[in-house]
Amino acid sequence: MHTHVFKRLCNATALSMGMPRLRQAYVPQPVVDRSAGDLRAYIEGQDPISKRPFMQEVLDGLLSPLDEADVQGLSFERTTPRLIEPDSEDSLRRLFDENRWTDSLPVVLPTEARVEAMLKGTSHPPDTIVGRLRPTAFREYWEFTVEKVAVNAVMAGARPEYFPVILALASSGISARSSSTNSFATITVVNGPIRNEIAMNSGIGVMGPYNHANATIGRAYGLLSQNLQGGSVPDDTYMGSLGNWLAYTAVLPEAEERSPWQPLHVQKGFKATDSVASIFFGGWYTHAGYGPRATWQEKMRRSLAAVEQYSQPLFVMDPIVARGFVDLGFDTKEKLIAWCADNALMTAREYWDNQWIQYLMRPRAVAGVEPYASRLKAQPDEVIKIFEPSEINIVIAGGETQGAWKMISGSLRATVSIDAWR
Amino acid sequence: MSQQITVHDPRGYPPKVVGKRLAPRLSSLDGKTVYLVDCLFDNTDVFMEQLRQWFAERLPAVDVRVTRPKETWSDDAEMRKAIAADGDAAILGVGL
Repeated sequence: MHTHVFKRLCNATALSMGMPRLRQAYVPQPVVDRSAGDLRAYIEGQDPISKRPFMQEVLDGLLSPLDEADVQGLSFERTTPRLIEPDSEDSLRRLFDENRWTDSLPVVLPTEARVEAMLKGTSHPPDTIVGRLRPTAFREYWEFTVEKVAVNAVMAGARPEYFPVILALASSGISARSSSTNSFATITVVNGPIRNEIAMNSGIGVMGPYNHANATIGRAYGLLSQNLQGGSVPDDTYMGSLGNWLAYTAVLPEAEERSPWQPLHVQKGFKATDSVASIFFGGWYTHAGYGPRATWQEKMRRSLAAVEQYSQPLFVMDPIVARGFVDLGFDTKEKLIAWCADNALMTAREYWDNQWIQYLMRPRAVAGVEPYASRLKAQPDEVIKIFEPSEINIVIAGGETQGAWKMISGSLRATVSIDAWR
Repeated sequence: MSQQITVHDPRGYPPKVVGKRLAPRLSSLDGKTVYLVDCLFDNTDVFMEQLRQWFAERLPAVDVRVTRPKETWSDDAEMRKAIAADGDAAILGVGL
C-alpha cells in the first residue's frame, strides 16, 4: 500500500527488484496529519490509480491466483555504453538535455580528449571501481569507475587538478541528488592543503559564484550523483517537493589560516596536513546573524529553537565572528558547540510533533536508544535539549567584510580522504 | 554538414535485475492470520489501526495483527521470521 503520488516510483522500484507484477494498492496523498476518520474514508474509498474500491484492490492482491508471469518474476541485464554514437554538437547537447543528464544548465560535452585530460588528475586507472550510489534507501545501487566520474567532472567544467576532490566525493556513498521528499542537498567542506593547491576561495563570497574550483567541484558532485546512481528525474528518481537551490553547487573550503580554532578535519581525527572532504546532508533551513553582539545569546537561542529538529545545524562563521567568540571565552569550537547543545531547546510536545522525528527517531526511542528514549519520556510541556554536541558543527569561512554567520541544516554524513584519490 | 564528435555516456552501471516470484496466494482469508506491517511513516500507525478495525468489522474471521520493524528503513529479520512463523499473509504500508 502506498500513497498515489508515488505510483511511478513504486512501479520502477518493483521492476528493479525483479517483481514488475508486485501487487500494489494506493490511497490518496497525504496520510500525514489526517485524522482517523479521514484515513478510514481512504480505506473505504477508491484507489485513486485504479479507480476501483481500495479494499477490493487489497483483497484481490491477497487472493487472486498467480499466473505464469507472477511466478517467474522478470530477470534482465541493463547496460550503459562507454561512448555515444557520433553526432553533431547541437544534437548531442539536445540528447543530454532530453535524457536528463544535465542540471538544466549547459554542460561541457565529455569528448574523449577532455575525459582523457581529466583522468590525468589522478593516479588511479580509469577502470578502477570508485563506489556505488543510489537516490534513496529503497532503490538499487549503481556502480561506477574512475572514467565515469571523469566524464561527469568534464561536464561540470572542472579542471583535472580538482579531480581527486571529485573522486573522493564520488567514493563517499552519499548522493548529492537524494530523492527525499524533503528536498535535501549536500554541502561539502574541504580542508587541508588541497584548498590552496587548487586555488579554492575561502574569503569574500565563499558561498557564491566567485571561484572556479568551488563552483565546478560542487556542480560535478551533483552531476555525477544523478548520472551514476541511475538518474534524478522528477516523479521517478527525484521526489523532493520543493527542490533545493543548493543542489546546483555547494562547496566551501574552511579558512583554516584565519580561524582561531581547530579546523574541521582535525576535529574529526585527521592530521592538519591531510586533505579531506566532509559531506553534510541538509540545506533544508538557513538562519543568519551577526556578532557576537550584546544580545547574541537571545539571537542564537531563537535560531536554534527555529530549526527543523531532525536536521542538525552546520554553522558557517566569518573569522570576525569566530574571534569575537574567542574574546567571550570560547577558545575552542567545542566550547561554543557545547553552549549551542545546552541552548537548543524546545518542548517535548513540539519536538515530537514533527513527522520526521516521528518517522526516524520514535522507533529508536521506543527501542530504548538514548537520548531519544529520555526525550520520549518527557512530559509534553517539559523543555528538552534537541541536539547532542556531536551533532553540531562549526566551519570558519568568509571575507571579513562583515561579522556574519549562517546556520544551515547539515548532518555530517561522511568525512573522506582526498589524498587517497590523488 | 556540421562536424561529428564522439562523447562519453555519463551514466553508471546498473545491477542485473534478478526476477523474484510472488508469494503463493491464499484461496480464502477465513481463519487465516494476516499481518499489517506498519512501515513507520508518520501517522501510518493510525492508518493501520483503521485498517485493522475494517477487517474486524467486515471480515471478522480473519485474525489481523499489526506489526512494525524495529527501525525505519530497516529489513527487520526478526519481524519477517515472526510473520513467516505464524502468519498466512502480510500487507505492507503505507509509503516506500
